[in-house]
Amino acid sequence: MKQLAVLSLILVLMISCAAPGTGTPSNSQPAASIQNKGSDTIVNLALAWAERYQQIHPEVRLSVTGGGSGTGLAALINGTVDIANASRQIKPEEVTEAQSKGIDPVEHVIARDAIAVIVNPENPVSQLSLQQISDIYSGKITNWKEVGGQDRPIVRLSRETNSGTHVYFLETVLRLGDKENKTLFSTDTLLLPSSEGIINEVRQNPNAIGYDGLGYVPRDLKMIAIARQPGEGYILPSIATVNDNSYPIARDLYMYTAGQPQGAVAAYLDWISSDEAQAIVAKLGFVPVK
Amino acid sequence: MDKSLDWREYVITRAIKASGYSAILFVGLIFIFLLREGLPALADVPPGDLLSTRWYPIENYFGILPLLSGSLVVTLGAALIAMPLGLGSAIFIAEIAPRWLREILKPLVELLGGLPSVVLGFLGILVLSPNLRTLLDLPTGLTALAGSLLLAAIAIPTIVSIAEDALDSVPQSYREGALAVGATRWQTIWRVTLPAARSGVLTAIMLGIGRALGETMAVMMVTGNAPVIATRWNSLFMPARTMTATIAAEMGEVANASTHYHVLFFIGLVLFLISLAVNVAASSVVFRQKKRAERILS
Repeated sequence: MKQLAVLSLILVLMISCAAPGTGTPSNSQPAASIQNKGSDTIVNLALAWAERYQQIHPEVRLSVTGGGSGTGLAALINGTVDIANASRQIKPEEVTEAQSKGIDPVEHVIARDAIAVIVNPENPVSQLSLQQISDIYSGKITNWKEVGGQDRPIVRLSRETNSGTHVYFLETVLRLGDKENKTLFSTDTLLLPSSEGIINEVRQNPNAIGYDGLGYVPRDLKMIAIARQPGEGYILPSIATVNDNSYPIARDLYMYTAGQPQGAVAAYLDWISSDEAQAIVAKLGFVPVK
Repeated sequence: MDKSLDWREYVITRAIKASGYSAILFVGLIFIFLLREGLPALADVPPGDLLSTRWYPIENYFGILPLLSGSLVVTLGAALIAMPLGLGSAIFIAEIAPRWLREILKPLVELLGGLPSVVLGFLGILVLSPNLRTLLDLPTGLTALAGSLLLAAIAIPTIVSIAEDALDSVPQSYREGALAVGATRWQTIWRVTLPAARSGVLTAIMLGIGRALGETMAVMMVTGNAPVIATRWNSLFMPARTMTATIAAEMGEVANASTHYHVLFFIGLVLFLISLAVNVAASSVVFRQKKRAERILS
C-alpha cells in the first residue's frame, strides 16, 4: 500500500507537471504546495481529488501519501503535513499531544465509508449478524458450519493495528459499539499490512473472512449482508444503504488541519465539499456527504 | 622523496585504521541508541507483562513472547531448508561441476542474491502461499513455513557464494593427497575439503542465517503476522508474527517516546542481542576449529 501510495504520488507530480499546460502557459513555480498524508482507506480518494484539483488549479501542488490514520495524524502533530487524512476520529491523547506542541487539530468530514465484510465466492454463507461476526473474530466461532456454511476452519483476516479501519472494526463490530466491552481479536487473526493482502487472500482461500472499505472491494469477491440484531433484516452495503443508515458498519472519513485552514488549504477543503469533488467520492465507491 | 612517502604512509595507515575503528564505533553507537530508546520499556511495562503471551499494543498488551517465538520458528525453518541446499550447491559448484557450468552457475546464484526481497514477497503471496495451502491442506497458506521458504531463498545465495569461495580456496594439494591415498571423490569432499574450509563455510551459514533473521519485507508479506505463540509441533504450519515485521508494521504509527515506541526499540534490542549471540557462538566455534586444525597440521 505504501509503495503504491508513493508511486501514485510520483504519478500525481508528473501529471501536475505535464497536464496543466492549458490554463497558464508557464507554471514552473507553483504558488502553493499542500502536503496531504494519512489513512490508506482515503489515499485513492485523496489522490483522485488532488489530480482533478491540480487540473483546475495548476498553481497548487498537492502531494498525497498513505501510511495509516495514525501515521497521518502523527505527521500533523509533528508539523510535517498540512492535511492529515483519517478514517477514525482523532483520539483524546493525540489532541493533548498536539496541543502540547501548540497545534489545535480541526476536523473536517469529507466523505462516508462503509466497511464490507468479504468472503470467497465459493463460500455459501451470505448473511451474518453483527454478533456472529464479533464471535468469529474473537475466536468463539471457529468453523464455518457454525454459521450455516461448510465444514471448514475459519481464517480471520484483519488490517494491521495501525490502520484506522482496524480500530473502527474493533469498536463497532467486535465490541458491538459498547465502550465497556473488552473483547479482543483472537490471537490467530492474520494481521495483513495492506488492503491488497486481504483481498488477495480472500480471493484464493475459501476459508477466509476479511473486511475492507466498500470502495476497495473488487466485484469478484462476495460481500456479506449484515443484520444489527439476529431478527432484523440483513443489509448489503451500498451507497443507498449507507446513506439511509440501515447498513450497520459505516463511518465518517475525516481530514484534519492544524488550526482553522488558511489560504490554499482552505480553498482546497472548500472545493472538496463541492458537488464536483463529491461526485468523485461516489465514483470511487465511497459515500458522499450530503 | 622519502619524507613525502613517510607522510603519505602515515595518512594512509591512519585512514585505514580509522575506517576499521569506525565499524566498531558505529555498532557501539547503535547499541547505545537502542539501549537509550529501548530500556525505558522495562520501566514502563512490568517485566511480567513483557513476558506475557499477548501482543496487542493498541490496548497496552506488550507480551513479546509470541514475536520471539515467531522469529525463532521462521528463522529455524529457514536455516533447516537453506543449510543443506546452500551447502550442497556450494559443494557442487566448487567440487563437482565442470569449469564451464561453474562459470554460469556462480554468477546466476549471485544474481539471485541481488533479487529485492519485496519481489520475492510478491511471489510468495501470489504463488507460494496459495499452493502451500492446497498442497498441504492447510487453513491458510500465509504461514511460518511460507516465510521460512522465502527466507531460505534469500539466505541460500549468501551461503552458496561464501561457502563456494571457502571451498575454492582449499589448496589443490589437499585433494590430490586424499585421492592419492585412495579416497573416493565423496570421501575427499566430506573428510578433507569441507573440514579444511570449515571456518569459511560456517561464516557462510552464519551470514545466511543473519540475513534471514533480519529480513523484514518478504516475511511481513507472507507469514500472516498473527502473534500466536509456538507451542505445538505444527507451529511451522501456522501463521506467525516475527519481531522484524512487528517493528516495520508498527513503527510508523507510534507517538514518539510512548510506551509502545520504547517497547518496539526494546524488541530491536532483543534482535540485536540475538544476532550478537549467534555471531559470537559462530566465531568461537570457528576459533576452536582453527586451533585443532593447526594442531593437526603442525
